[in-house]
Amino acid sequence: MTPGTGQLPEIQGAQRRPGLRGWLLFAPLMLWLFAFVIAPTAIMFVYSFCQRDELGQVVFEFSLSNYTRVFDKTYLKIFTNSIQYAAITTVICLLVGYPVAYFIGRASEQIRNKLLMLVMIPFWTSFLIRTYAWMSILKAEGPLNGMLLYMQLIAAPLDILYTPAAVVIGLVYSYLPFMILPIYGSVEKLDNALIEAAFDLGAGPVSAFSHVIVPLTRPGIFAGVLLVFIPAIGMFAITDLMGGGRVPMIGNVIQNQFGQARDWPFGAALGMTMLLLFAACFALSMRKSDAA
Amino acid sequence: MRSRTPSGMRLVNLLLSGWTGLVFLFLYLPIVLLVVYSFNASRLAIVWEGFTFRWYEQLWHEFTAHLADERRSALIESMGNSVIIAAATTGLSVLLGTAGGWLLHRYRFPALRTISTLIFIPMIIPEIIMGISLLIFFKTVEMELGFATVIISHVTFCFPFVLVAVQARLAGLDPSLEEAAMDLGATPLKAFWHVMVPYLLPAIISGALMSFTLSMDELIVTYFTRGPKSETLPIKVYGMAKVGLNPLLNTISTVFIVGTAMLVICAELLKGTARRSREPG
Repeated sequence: MTPGTGQLPEIQGAQRRPGLRGWLLFAPLMLWLFAFVIAPTAIMFVYSFCQRDELGQVVFEFSLSNYTRVFDKTYLKIFTNSIQYAAITTVICLLVGYPVAYFIGRASEQIRNKLLMLVMIPFWTSFLIRTYAWMSILKAEGPLNGMLLYMQLIAAPLDILYTPAAVVIGLVYSYLPFMILPIYGSVEKLDNALIEAAFDLGAGPVSAFSHVIVPLTRPGIFAGVLLVFIPAIGMFAITDLMGGGRVPMIGNVIQNQFGQARDWPFGAALGMTMLLLFAACFALSMRKSDAA
Repeated sequence: MRSRTPSGMRLVNLLLSGWTGLVFLFLYLPIVLLVVYSFNASRLAIVWEGFTFRWYEQLWHEFTAHLADERRSALIESMGNSVIIAAATTGLSVLLGTAGGWLLHRYRFPALRTISTLIFIPMIIPEIIMGISLLIFFKTVEMELGFATVIISHVTFCFPFVLVAVQARLAGLDPSLEEAAMDLGATPLKAFWHVMVPYLLPAIISGALMSFTLSMDELIVTYFTRGPKSETLPIKVYGMAKVGLNPLLNTISTVFIVGTAMLVICAELLKGTARRSREPG
């Protein structure tokens, strides 16, 4: 113990304030962050108050009209629609993923590492490829319908692709690993003694789970919910491929403003609204997980 | 170790393992089917009509013809673009991430927290917001959309991953290591190069692998910041998948799945060795 404490001042000495050279070394990082994170967000903010002319050129006349349009019935509906899809996806991912994360986290180290690798491979495989895989499965002539027809469970092929159900399947499939990994991180840190203590004190599996395990793994749950919910709101590729454009989401609307609609200021306003929503979600979960 | 598992717990465990098996089936069945279908003789890529290497041959032909300048293939070109962009992104991300991780570990000053938060933003912000804000930015500074704009965008969300990996490894560092090097007469730069870089190498490599895969797979940000000549593979695949199913897509996907799986296994093995080498002997 004592030699360690003797070294402390030296460790702090190594972590000093940067001198001129230190700041010079910091410069590229700071410049990068300023140019490609702060500046774009600031410019997007300015754009969101601008207008466009008939040709789609941006006119720098400032008003709140884009924002009043965001809260127009049509777009508000699409916004709430997207949030709904993202929320359903998040809930399904949590219900499906939690037991898996728990099982992996409590398994013996050897099995744990293998199972973890099995989660990592789809995690790293392009979501586009994985979405495409589902497209071929859900096609009217695809293997799912083939199997159901063969088993005579259905009389005619089901139209699953290009429906809301397909969108949810695609979103859940893509984001499930993002839910499993952070929860696993929390479960792995669980102290066995606490769970045993719960049982010793007469708790059954259900109350041990709800009173001990869930509160202790709350940080992982919050992280997983954020990692699924936030990207799911803005995702337009999965909804496009699985919904066939029939299920409009806020991501598709934003994408369209920078494409055919050529209304960049309105797109920027939609983006800013989403950014605020994201910041609110983030701040809320940060405070909640701090409190936990 | 006390193992007094109540009988209820055994049932719970059984249910948990069964559920985990089902979820893995759900995760892997589509991927397996995709791989199987890449060997399907049917042009429609849906009904099974027998085993064939035809699509792999066709992909290979497109590849060789493109390389020999006989027939331009947009698909192969987008693949090449993706590799160029991912390589450049990885290089820049490693430089920025390693230097940043080391500096943030070494120095303490008031603005540190703000900078750390700023670094995390690109990791967690919805990709579509990043995409449109960068597009508006590039338009404002009148930068032509192309390789440079795509690489800049990719580095912005990739380097934080290198930085975090480097920071995590630095957290376990004995500060006397670098000081010893300097006491023995090394300049700070030499000490960094000969002591820190080898120590950080596992973190740098795992961060680099992550950057490479992230960049290769990225669609949304690229969608907004690409130019007509810098189409990446995901952009091309997205376009193809939108039109419908295509046997070549199965083939390319299979190649990519195998590549990704190999990268993941390499990265995991590397992490294993890094962990072992850090444990006191």
